[in-house]
Amino acid sequence: MNPINYLYLSALLFTIGGAGVLIRRNAIIVFMCVELMLNACNLAFVTFARLHGNLDGQIFAFFTMVVAAAEVVVGLAIIVTFFRSRHSASVDDASLMKL
Amino acid sequence: MDHLIGALIGAPLLGAGVLLVGGRRLDRVGHWIGCLLAAASFALGAALFVHMLGRPTGQRTLTSHLFSWVPVGGFRADVAFQLDQLSMTFVLLITGVGTLIHIYSVGYMAHDENRRRFFGYLNLFLAAMLLLVLADNYLLLYVGWEGVGLASYLLIGFWQHKPSAATAAKKAFIVNRVGDMGLSIAIMVLFTTFGTFSFAPVFSHATSASQAKLTVVGLLLLLGACGKSAQVPLQSWLGDAMEGPTPVSALIHAATMVTAGVYLVTRSGAVFNAAPTAQLAVCVVGAVTLMFGAIVGCAKDDIKKALAGSTMSQIGYMMLAAGLGPIGYVFAIMHLVTHGFFKAGLFLGAGSVMHAMNDEVDMRRYGGLRKYMPITYVTFGLGYLAIIGFPGLSGFWSKDKIIEAAFAKGGTEGWILGGVALLGAGITAYYMTRVMVMTFFGEPRWQPAPDPDEVPSVEPGIEVHPGELPHPHESPKSMTIPMVVLAVGSVLAGGLFSINSAFLKWLEPVTGHSEGHSPVSTWEVTAATLVVLAVGAALAWAQYGRAPVPVTAPRGSLLTRAARRDLLQDDFNHVVLVRGGEHLTRSLVYLDHSLVDGAVNGTAASVGGLSARLRQVQNGYVRSYAVSMLGGTAVVVAATLLMRAV
Repeated sequence: MNPINYLYLSALLFTIGGAGVLIRRNAIIVFMCVELMLNACNLAFVTFARLHGNLDGQIFAFFTMVVAAAEVVVGLAIIVTFFRSRHSASVDDASLMKL
Repeated sequence: MDHLIGALIGAPLLGAGVLLVGGRRLDRVGHWIGCLLAAASFALGAALFVHMLGRPTGQRTLTSHLFSWVPVGGFRADVAFQLDQLSMTFVLLITGVGTLIHIYSVGYMAHDENRRRFFGYLNLFLAAMLLLVLADNYLLLYVGWEGVGLASYLLIGFWQHKPSAATAAKKAFIVNRVGDMGLSIAIMVLFTTFGTFSFAPVFSHATSASQAKLTVVGLLLLLGACGKSAQVPLQSWLGDAMEGPTPVSALIHAATMVTAGVYLVTRSGAVFNAAPTAQLAVCVVGAVTLMFGAIVGCAKDDIKKALAGSTMSQIGYMMLAAGLGPIGYVFAIMHLVTHGFFKAGLFLGAGSVMHAMNDEVDMRRYGGLRKYMPITYVTFGLGYLAIIGFPGLSGFWSKDKIIEAAFAKGGTEGWILGGVALLGAGITAYYMTRVMVMTFFGEPRWQPAPDPDEVPSVEPGIEVHPGELPHPHESPKSMTIPMVVLAVGSVLAGGLFSINSAFLKWLEPVTGHSEGHSPVSTWEVTAATLVVLAVGAALAWAQYGRAPVPVTAPRGSLLTRAARRDLLQDDFNHVVLVRGGEHLTRSLVYLDHSLVDGAVNGTAASVGGLSARLRQVQNGYVRSYAVSMLGGTAVVVAATLLMRAV
């Protein structure tokens, strides 16, 4: 099977993730879409590693996974705190940063 | 003896300090302290004069270095004095006439509750003037110059409860500032040219500077002299300065202040000698002022203002003489000294008359006073004869010399200047005879005193009974004695100076002297002067002596009406300077509002508007930030790809 197809899949996953971040309001779903985008990147890294025949891309993918794991911990904590104070998980309710 | 020079200034300065700081507890003796210290300064001056006479002619200059005022690197400004024959002449005039005026003021200001303060200011005036004439460098001279300006401001505005006096003081000060600016710039130019302020090095190297620079310095010095000496075009303050108490007028006109300009020009003779254009300008200013003051003096009904016009005219004579160069310096100073005697005498006489007439100043309301005030009449009369140049009296010796010197300038200029000076002598005789006749001769034209509620009393402390005719009486001794002394001086000074050309020989080592080539002989000048004098006096007698004088002034010709308004000097200043200045500042304000403020406010408004639009982007929604991030990334990626493709 042609490795290029993995790249198409990666692009598809990234687009779905990006669209989800932009469109959905539920913070959890937005968060999952972000994870989806990260994993799309991972897939692209791994595919390129395979195409070029070296391990740099695979190592990068591991790094991304670690960072994503750490991010999930922090991000979920923020969402839970936000939900407790606002009784809502909608990202539109978190529009306090404007003047 | 040298270090006594500082004490000359120190005595009146001490008086000013004690009287002004001492406060009310000195009220009872303050005036005597003032008189005593002025007299002490005069005694010191006289002692130094005797000492100076004992030395050989070439070594009469005394110097005294007090301390270094501003020693910074190559820049040195010293407080050092120089007493030569020229300074000595001024010292004796200032302290001598000044002391007499002090004594006179004791009586004149007897009813004024601020008499102590008045004497403090008088002493300050003397000290400043002495500093001016004793300084051995231009910077110190400038200190004295400004001190004189300050003291004159304080004294002219002494009755500051009268708005007119306060305004007159301000006017004198502001007009003088214009002249002071000229002097200060002249001093700066002199310093950049010669690298020093001291007289001696500046004068010895004067000829080494370029002609243009010397002319500029000369004209700027002339501007300074015009301010202090009330010469055209800065003459307008002098008439209004009559708002001050009469002794102040006497002091300003005879011993201090207006003589400063003549001193400056004479002292800077070396600079002027090397700059003929500036010298001619001095002559022209002198000649114009001479006629200006004489014409104004003819039309004024206020006795003090008529005398003020006469001062302006006489100082014009001195300026004219000083502008003639070495031909005239000596005569300028000689006329200054004799003028100091008779003008002080005339002013003190006028004050005495005002004192007797409930402070009436309008000569049309005097008349026939000679029977009631014999001493004032005789002293004023001698001063009058001296100023018009009656043969044998002071003015005759000094003024004729100036007229002669003006002719001796030679060429067309000589004829014009000489002619103006000669004509001025005739007009002097006219207006002084007019003053004399209107005041002391004819029928009494006294008017009842005005109601003090309607017209505030001119001088406070003097009892005025509304509706009563004045009761003229002779003034107290403290006032008449100085008048008598000054009258004696008016009679004798000119003759004494002229015996054996004593004054000429005395002053010549400082100012230099040359005879010039007069196209007319001394006798011809004297004869011509006497003729115009007789004509002028006869005209005035015919007009004011034979015919009765109307109490209210007739309308008069166009020239008379203009002269009553000081030949429209204030109108001219108002239209040209005040209005012009207003228009200039208004256009500057407009430019400031439209251009400068427009640019600044425009920038602020556009920044504000732009940020008001930009802030709408910050809506707080996470997804809109995400979109902009996505868009930005897309742009960056597209750009990278594009660059790679190229």
